[in-house]
Amino acid sequence: MSRINIIGAGLAGLSAAIELAENGIASRLVSLQPSERAQSVLAEGGINGAINTMGENDEAENHFNDTLKGGVFMADPNAVENLTYGAPEIIRWLEGIGVPFNMENGDIILRNFGGQKKKRTAYARSSTGKIIMSAVIDEARKYEASGLIYRMPHHEFLRLITENGECKGVRIHDCYSNDKNSVIDLYGPVILCSGGLNGLFPGMTTGTTQNSGDVTAAVFSQGVLLGNPEMVQYHPTTIGITGKRCLVTEAARGEGGRLYIMRNGEKWYFMEEKYPELKNLMPRDVVAREMYFVRRREDCEDKVYLDMTGLDGKVWSRKLSDLREELIKYLGEDPKTTPINVKEGIHYFMGGIDTDEDHRTNLPGLFAAGECTCQYHGANRLGGNSMLGAIFGGKKAARTIISSGIYTGEDTAEPDEKITAEPFSEPASPILIERISEILLAGLGIVRNEEGLRKSLSELETLESEREYCQREKSRFRLAEAMLRGALERRESRGAHYREDYPDKNEEYRKATVAELKGGRVNISFRTLPERRKK
Amino acid sequence: MKVRLDILRCESIGSKPFWQSIDYETEDENSTVAAALTDINNSGSYIDTEERAVSHISWECSCLQKKCGACAMLINSYPRLACDSKLKEVRRNGVIRIEPLKKFPVVRDLVVDRSIMMENLKTMKLWFQEYARADETVGDIAYEGSRCLQCGCCLEVCPNFYSGGQFFGTATIVPASRLISAVPESQRKEVFREYRKHGYEGCGKSLACRSVCPAGIDIEDLLVNSNAAAVWKRRKRKLKNGKKD
Ligand SMILES: Cc1cc2nc3c(=O)[nH]c(=O)nc-3n(C[C@H](O)[C@H](O)[C@H](O)COP(=O)(O)OP(=O)(O)OC[C@H]3O[C@@H](n4cnc5c(N)ncnc54)[C@H](O)[C@@H]3O)c2cc1C
Ligand code: SF4
Ligand code: SF4
Ligand code: FES
Repeated sequence: MSRINIIGAGLAGLSAAIELAENGIASRLVSLQPSERAQSVLAEGGINGAINTMGENDEAENHFNDTLKGGVFMADPNAVENLTYGAPEIIRWLEGIGVPFNMENGDIILRNFGGQKKKRTAYARSSTGKIIMSAVIDEARKYEASGLIYRMPHHEFLRLITENGECKGVRIHDCYSNDKNSVIDLYGPVILCSGGLNGLFPGMTTGTTQNSGDVTAAVFSQGVLLGNPEMVQYHPTTIGITGKRCLVTEAARGEGGRLYIMRNGEKWYFMEEKYPELKNLMPRDVVAREMYFVRRREDCEDKVYLDMTGLDGKVWSRKLSDLREELIKYLGEDPKTTPINVKEGIHYFMGGIDTDEDHRTNLPGLFAAGECTCQYHGANRLGGNSMLGAIFGGKKAARTIISSGIYTGEDTAEPDEKITAEPFSEPASPILIERISEILLAGLGIVRNEEGLRKSLSELETLESEREYCQREKSRFRLAEAMLRGALERRESRGAHYREDYPDKNEEYRKATVAELKGGRVNISFRTLPERRKK
Repeated sequence: MKVRLDILRCESIGSKPFWQSIDYETEDENSTVAAALTDINNSGSYIDTEERAVSHISWECSCLQKKCGACAMLINSYPRLACDSKLKEVRRNGVIRIEPLKKFPVVRDLVVDRSIMMENLKTMKLWFQEYARADETVGDIAYEGSRCLQCGCCLEVCPNFYSGGQFFGTATIVPASRLISAVPESQRKEVFREYRKHGYEGCGKSLACRSVCPAGIDIEDLLVNSNAAAVWKRRKRKLKNGKKD
C-alpha cells in the first residue's frame, strides 16, 4: 500500500499525520530524533487564535489584519485568511485533546503578544510548545497503535526520489544502523515538515541543532522553489548561553516587561516614546531594529535592558514561572528584582520552501508545511503565529492530499520500501559550515546594504572555488546564495529585511521573492501576490 | 579551565567498548559537557592521551537548554543532561567520566536506543480515546504531567525498571498522570488498570528517581494524585460494595 511520507515530527509533521490518520490514511513519520526533541517543544509564549474570551470583541478578521500587516503585506492573503479563520478551531481542538492552557472561570485566557492590539494568545505558562506537544504526541500515539502512523524516529532525509519532474518518494538513512551507507527508499507522496534553517547559523539561533537546513538545501538543489529566502527574523530579546542564543519569550513584554537603554545616565524607554500605541509590543522586526539603532547612539550605553521588575507576584507564579527559573539559572539574576540585559538573536525563518495556499510545492507529489516553508508570515512573523502555522499548515497539506485524489490507496508499481546500500554524501564539514555562517551573518544582519551583500556573495564564490565539495556541501552553498541574492535583489526595506541604501518600502516589491536553481545558478524573480478572494 | 574527559567509546552495535581520555581546555568558565563534545567534534584534530586521533564522538543533542532530553548520559556515574552539566560543577579531581546510559542498548558511543520508552507509552495506551479537557481544577497536574522530557534519567536509577519488564517507571508514570487527571468516563477503567499494572504495582516508592529528574518534576506529588484516582478510588468502590479495605 502506498503511504504518505512525512519528513519531520514537530508540530507540522504530527498534525499532518493525525489529520491523515483521522481520514484513514496511513503515513510514515520520519525524523532525525523523536518528536519529544523537536524544536516545537521549545516554543514558550503561546499560540494565536481569535477565540475572544477576554471580552475584547476580537474576531478572526482582526487576526487576519494583524498578521498581514505584521508581515508588511507580503503574505498570500488567501492563505492568511485560511490560517486566521481556522485558528479558533485549532485552539479548541488542542483544548479537546487535553492541553492544559491557562484558564479562568472555565475557559482559556489569552495574553497580549507583539503586533496585535487584542489579547489573542493562548498559553500554558511559558512552556506552551512543550505542553502542546505532549498532548499532540499522545494523540498521534493513538493512531500509531492502530497502525495508521508508523514512526521512523532516528532517520535522516537524504533526497527526494523524482521522475519526470514529479516527486515519487524519499531516500532516507537509518542513523541507528551499523551500516553507515545503508539507505531506504520510501515511495509515495511526501510532505516536508523539517523546520527552520538554524544549521546555517550554528550557535547563533534560539532553536535546535537538529534543524540543519540540509533538507531545504537538498530539495532546492533538486529543483524545488524557495520563497522569500532573505526573510530572517531576529528576536529582540535573547541572552547568550553556552552554545546558543536563549530566548526570553515575548510573553515577558506581553505581561508588562519594558525595554530601556541608559541615555545620558537615565533610563530611556525608547519603544514607549516612539510607539505610544503598541509600545514594547511592536512587531519583532521593529523592536529589533530600534534596539540595533539605540545601541549605536552616541548618547546611549550599548546595552538594552528588559525590565520586568514591575510585574506582580501572581504573574510570576502563574504565567512566567518557567521563564524566571530559566533566567535565574543562566544569568544568576532574578528578573523579578533585576532588569536583564538582552540582545537581538536569530529566531525564525519566514522564508523557505515555496508553497501555494494548499501547501503544494512546484513538484507534483511534494508538499511542505511548518517553519520549513515560506507560508503565512510574509516579511515578519508575529509571535504565536508559528505554532499555529505549523499545526494549521500540517493539517492543510494533509487535506490537500486527501481531496486531490493523489492518494489512491492502491499499490504502487515500485516496491514500497527498497533497501539499497550505496554510499551517500558525508555530513558537511563543521569548518565549512562555520565559514558559510560567517559570510551569511555579515550580509544578512538586521541592517543590510548592497555593498555588504555583494561582498558576502563574492566571498561565498571564492570559498566555493577553493576545493571540491560533497553534494551536501554544494547544496548548502546554493541555499546560502539564494538567501543572499534574495536580499540583494529586494531593493527596498520591508519587515525583517532592512536595507539602509533603500530604507523605505516600495510597492513594486510587494511581491513574493522566488528563488530557483537553473543550470547550477540561483535565479531570483518576484511573483505578484494574489488578490484576496471575495467571500 | 582544563579537564580530562574519560569517554566510553563504542564504534558500532556489538563492537567492543573502550575508554578514551582527552585533555580538553576552554576559556568559557560556564562551558558544559555538551559544549566540550561539540568543540572536540568540530575541531576534528583532537588526539587522546595515548596520542591516538579522536574520531567523531556520537551523541545526541537538540535544544542545548535542557528542554528536550536528547543529551542524557552518565556523567561521573550520574544520569544527567550534557547540556546542563557545567564542566566546573561535574568534574571530580579534574576528571569527568562520560558513558552512555546503561539501561538501554548502545547504538554508538554515547547514543543509546531509548525506543522502549515510546513502546511502553504505547503499551500503556497513553492517549485520550475521545474529547478530554484539562480545565483549571486539574490544570496543574496536567501541566506537570506534560513536562516529561523522555530523557530516561529516572529509569537509569530506578531499582525496579529494566527494559522489557512490566514496570515502566517514572518516564511513564509522569505522562500517565496527565491522562489520569482528565480521563473521560468511558476510558477510566482501562486507564486505571494499565496504570496499576505498569506503574503503581512495581514502584517501591523509594523516590530515587526524583532527585535525578532534570526537569525537576515533582514525581511524588503526581504519584499521590494518580494513586488517589486509580488505586484508592477502587478501594472506595469496594468499600461501597460492602467489602473490607
Ligand atoms: C525558543 C523558541 C520559542 C518559540 N516560541 C514560540 C511561541 O511562543 N509561539 C509560536 O507560535 N512559535 C514559537 N516558536 C517557533 C515554533 O516553535 C516553531 O516555528 C515551530 O514549532 C516549528 O514547527 P515545525 O513542525 O515546523 O518544525 P520543528 O518542530 O522544528 O520540527 C522539525 C522536524 O524536522 C525533523 N528534521 C529536521 N531535519 C531533518 C532531516 N535532515 N531528516 C529528518 N528529519 C529532519 C526534526 O527531527 C523535527 O522532527 C519558538 C521557537 C523557539 C526556538
Ligand atoms: S520511586 Fe523508586 S521504584 Fe518508583 S519509579 Fe522512582 S526509583 Fe523507581
Ligand atoms: S520523569 Fe524526569 S527523568 Fe524521567 S524521563 Fe521524564 S524528564 Fe526524564
Ligand atoms: S540538548 Fe536538549 S536537553 Fe540537552
